[in-house]
Amino acid sequence: MTQNEASNTMIEMVGKFVDLVSKQLPDDVMAKLKELRAEETTPLAKAIYDVMFENMEKALTLNRPTCQDTGVIQFFVRSGAKFPLLGQLRAILREATIAATKSAPLRLNAVEVFDEKNTGTNVGSHVPFIEWEIVDDSANIEIEVYQAGGGCSLPGRSIVLPPLAGYEGAMKFVFDTIVDWGINACPPLVVGVGIGTCSNSAALLSKKAMLRPVGTHNAHPKAAEMEKKIEEGLNAIGLGPQGISGKKSVMAVHVEGMAHHPSVLGVGVTVGCWANRHGVIRFDENLKYEIISHKGARL
Amino acid sequence: MKKVLTTPISDEAIKSLKVGDIVYLSGTLVTCRDEGHRRVIVEGIMPELPLENIAIFHAGPIVKDVEGGWEMVSIGPTTSMRMERYEKEFLAKTGVKLVIGKGGMGAKTAEGCKESTAIHAVFPGGCGVVAAEQVEKIEGKEWPEFGMPEAFWILRVKEFGPLIISIDTEGNNLFEANKVTFHQRKEDALNKTAKEIVSMIAKS
Repeated sequence: MTQNEASNTMIEMVGKFVDLVSKQLPDDVMAKLKELRAEETTPLAKAIYDVMFENMEKALTLNRPTCQDTGVIQFFVRSGAKFPLLGQLRAILREATIAATKSAPLRLNAVEVFDEKNTGTNVGSHVPFIEWEIVDDSANIEIEVYQAGGGCSLPGRSIVLPPLAGYEGAMKFVFDTIVDWGINACPPLVVGVGIGTCSNSAALLSKKAMLRPVGTHNAHPKAAEMEKKIEEGLNAIGLGPQGISGKKSVMAVHVEGMAHHPSVLGVGVTVGCWANRHGVIRFDENLKYEIISHKGARL
Repeated sequence: MKKVLTTPISDEAIKSLKVGDIVYLSGTLVTCRDEGHRRVIVEGIMPELPLENIAIFHAGPIVKDVEGGWEMVSIGPTTSMRMERYEKEFLAKTGVKLVIGKGGMGAKTAEGCKESTAIHAVFPGGCGVVAAEQVEKIEGKEWPEFGMPEAFWILRVKEFGPLIISIDTEGNNLFEANKVTFHQRKEDALNKTAKEIVSMIAKS
């Protein structure tokens, strides 16, 4: 395979994967939603869960995006340094986005900055949005695609607190954000909390936390405990599905952190809606793929 | 049995509805969100379609061009609160009787619903395929220059719902009432969580 052929193959496969992620929720989210559905008792909460599940079924049978807001397409790339198409990847992901936009079809969500005009292609300056990480020296790559609607992007924020505000201040920031903004973000939510050393490190860590599969815990015992405590606290507020009130507010709370400057504590919050469309696909150097997030799915 | 509102919607048909009731809609439903509200209220330009006694949907759909028209692919609600600034005036000016969206709206819209005898209802968010299946036909499109999500799509719907009444014609507001409860619960939950986490972090 020439490099050009390989690029085209990868465009096709990533395009198909973006299409798939728009139509089928990942296994971790599906499992949790089933669990939460069974816990609700009021007629309104049950009625909402019924429609949610009917919708997921129809999205599959009719081959359509499960939510009309398919987001600005975002990629989180975790690559080995020797993956052969690393230099072409930005162009590959852009073409894959254009392909998926036509095939799914996805909503045209890229509004060009400053001119404030919809580009009509779903790509634009820095869109698709890409976060890069070189994780090792291998020739493999893992690509995570995330499709977040405007509603659940809206609550996202980060703040840099003085050290005396401490973890107490961080918790207030998290709880205020969820109660003030979470209701309209399509609960039950996946909440990512990042503890960083500046606004963007905190925001990035909160995004990574949110993207972690539901049901996983931070390896640090204190962070895992923190996840559990925040989850209990937010669930006690009982936002329920769509914020109409109910037993639970969240599907999960994930916390990620880093060493930080002694004078500051950065806190970031990223929120994902119930229709949490994230998916992970791995390629080796021969472009043999494995879908991690949706067991049994094929491109 | 399903309670179905049919356009044109009379005042009588919605006056008996209370927050938390579930209804469905048959008839004319048009999408109108940020740009549409700005055009009607700020620019003072009305769409060609008369809006009196029909319903609007805070939504930006995915629509596919097909021969001789369009096909509705996915159309769920968007956050209604973004339209709070203009909705009261919009109701008075247009005579729209039913506003459908996601999440609640504020005190100003509740006032508007009372004064103009209108209601706000929520369609479950993220359920764009169920909603699209209840669209019988896309009858027209105005303001295409706004782009696919913001254009004014004219839809004929059949038993569109479930729609949960969130503001009734008395101005009762389900989400604002919930918010008060959530904020009260937040105080206790935050105090407990913060205390536990601070003491856990302090342990070496």
